[in-house]
Amino acid sequence: MLRRILINILAPFLAVLLAFSVGAIVIYILGENPFYVYKILLVNSVTKVDGWGYVLFNATPLIFSGLAVALAFKGGLFNIGVEGQIYIGAFACAWFGITFDVHPLIGIPLGLIFAMIFGGLWGVIAGYLKARFGAHEVINTIMLNFIAIALTNYLVNNPFKEPGQINPIPQTKELFSGSIIPRVYPLFNRIGINISPSVPLNYTFFIAILFCIVVWYFMEKTRWGYEIKAVGLNPRASRYGGINPNHIIILTMFLSGALGGLAGINDIMGYRHRFLDGFSRGTGFTGIAVALLGKNNPIGIVFASILFGILDRGALAMDVFTNTPRELIRVIQAIIIIFVAIGNEFIFRLLQRLERESE
Amino acid sequence: MIGGILSLELLVSALRMSVPLTFASLGGVFSERGGVVNIALEGIMLVGAFGAVVGTYFTNNPWIGLLTAMSFGFLIALIHAVVSITFRINQIISGTALNIMSAGLTTFLSRLIFKAAGSSPHIEGMVQWRFPGTNWQISPLIVIMFTVIIVSQIVIFRTRYGLRLRACGENPYAADSLGVNVIRMRYSGVLISGVLGGLGGAFLSLEHARVFVEGMTTGRGFIALAGMIFGRWTPLGSFSACFLFGLAEALRMRLEGFGIPTQFIQMIPYIVTMCVLIGVVGRAVAPAYDGIPFEK
Repeated sequence: MLRRILINILAPFLAVLLAFSVGAIVIYILGENPFYVYKILLVNSVTKVDGWGYVLFNATPLIFSGLAVALAFKGGLFNIGVEGQIYIGAFACAWFGITFDVHPLIGIPLGLIFAMIFGGLWGVIAGYLKARFGAHEVINTIMLNFIAIALTNYLVNNPFKEPGQINPIPQTKELFSGSIIPRVYPLFNRIGINISPSVPLNYTFFIAILFCIVVWYFMEKTRWGYEIKAVGLNPRASRYGGINPNHIIILTMFLSGALGGLAGINDIMGYRHRFLDGFSRGTGFTGIAVALLGKNNPIGIVFASILFGILDRGALAMDVFTNTPRELIRVIQAIIIIFVAIGNEFIFRLLQRLERESE
Repeated sequence: MIGGILSLELLVSALRMSVPLTFASLGGVFSERGGVVNIALEGIMLVGAFGAVVGTYFTNNPWIGLLTAMSFGFLIALIHAVVSITFRINQIISGTALNIMSAGLTTFLSRLIFKAAGSSPHIEGMVQWRFPGTNWQISPLIVIMFTVIIVSQIVIFRTRYGLRLRACGENPYAADSLGVNVIRMRYSGVLISGVLGGLGGAFLSLEHARVFVEGMTTGRGFIALAGMIFGRWTPLGSFSACFLFGLAEALRMRLEGFGIPTQFIQMIPYIVTMCVLIGVVGRAVAPAYDGIPFEK
C-alpha cells in the first residue's frame, strides 16, 4: 500500500520534471538561460500574494473540468466533451443570471444548478447514445463540442447579444447582482492577507474545493459511486452483480457533464459576469491532462490544477520578461500528458508483475 | 436568390473546401483501418499548414513547402505511433496531447521565425495548372487529391498490403498468427495518415489563405474524421462525405451575406456524423480492433 502511494506520487512528479527538462533544452537552444526563464515563471506566480491569487483563479475551472474527466474515467468512459458541456452549462447559468433578479442566497445556488443541469444533459446525449445504440462516446462528445460552440455562438450573436455593445467579442448583458459570486479580497484583507482588489480570485475556488470533497464522498461512500466504479472496471461482471450498466453509463455522463458545466461559472458568475463568445479556450481539454496528472483523485486534481495555474500565470511573465514565447508552456503541458500516461502504464505493468511474483 | 446560390461556381467552391478535409480523411482511413484511432489529425493538419508556409517562405518554392508540410505531419504522426503503438498508451490521450502540442508548437515557432504575433507574412501560392487548349485552371493539389483517392481505394482493397492493414484493424491476433508484423503495419498506417494530414493542412495555407494563422485549422481535423466515419472507412466514401461537408461550408459562406444564421449549417457535419454512428442513416461499423492497443 505504501509502495503504491509512493509510486503514485513519484511518477507524476518525475513526468513533470522530465517535461521541464525538455523545455529547458528548447530554451537553451534558443540561446537563453533556462534557469533564468524558469525563475521568471515562478517569481511572478508563487512568490507574491497576488500571484497566488491569479494562480488559484486559473486553477478553479481546471479543478471542475479535471473532476468531470476523472469521474467519467472511473466509470470507464472517455468524456472528451467537457469543453462543450462548459459552454452549454455556462450559457444556461448566464441566461438565469440575466433573466432573474433575485437575492444572492437564491441566485448563486440556482445559477450553479442551472450550469449543472444543462451541462449534465449535454453529457447525457452521448451517454444515452452509447447506452441505447452502442455509439462510441469519444466521437459523439467531440461532435457535441462543436455543436455546443456553434449553438452558443448563435445565441450570443443573435437573440442574447447585448444591445449597443462595443466589445469586439460578442457578449450577453451583465448578470443581475444576485447571481454574482463575489471576489475574496474583502474577506482576505480583513484576516490580514493583503490581496489587491484587481485579483479576480473569487469564492468559486472554495466551491471547487467543496466539490472535490463531495465527489470523493460520492465515489467512495455511496452506492451509486460504487456502481459507477464497478461498471468502469467490468460492465459484464457488474451486470451479474445486479447493476444495469446502461443506466450507470447515463448517470455517469450526467454527473460528468454537470461537473463540466460548473467549470464555466468561475468566468461567468465570478469574473466577467456575462457570457462571452468562445470564452473557454480549451479548459475542457486541459481537464484531461489534469485528471491524468492527478490520477483521477480529487486531491491529486487540486494539485495538478494548481500546477497548471502556475504555468498559465508564469507564461504571461515569460512573454514580458524573456525572449521565449509563452506557448512553450503549452508544449510542456502536452509533454507532461504524454510522460504521465507512459509512466502510468509502466507502473501498472510493474505492479502487475510484482503482484504476480508475490503470489 | 436560389439560382444565384446553386451554380457551378458553388460546386467548384465546395470542391476546394473539401480538399483539406479529404486528404486528412484519407489519412484517417489508413490509420484506423490498421487499428489506430488518430484524433491527432487536427494537430497534424495544423503543423502541415505551418510547414507549408515555412518551407515556401524560405525557398519561394511551394513544392518545397508541400514537402515540409508532409514531413511535419509525418513527425507528429511518428510521435503518435511511438506513444500509442509501442508504448500502448490510450490513443485518445496521445491524440489529445499531440493536438495541444501542435497548437502550442506552431504558435511558438511562428513567433520565433516571423517575429510577429497572430500570423505569418503572405507567401506565393502554387502555380495553377491549365487544361490544354482552354482557360480552365486547376490547383495541382486537386489533381494530386484525386490521384490519392483512387490509389488509396486500390491499395486498401486490392493489394496484399491493404489486406494485411485491414487484418490488423479487424483482428490483429489472427493477423499476427499468420505472420503479419502487426506493429509495423500499424506504424505504416499512422505514418501515411501523418503525410496525408500534412498535405491537407498545406492546402489550407498554400491555397486558401496564402498565410499561416494561429489555430487556422479550426476543427477541420475532426470534421475529416467525421467524413471518414460517414464514408465508412473507405477512401471513395470519405471523399463523398467530405465533398458534402465542403458543400455545406461553401453554402454557409454564401448565406452569410443574406442574414441567415449560418451556425446551424455549420453544425450539419457533426449532426450527420452522430446520426450515422447511431444508425439513422445506415449504420457505420468501425474496424473491430480500432483503438485497441496490440500486445503480443
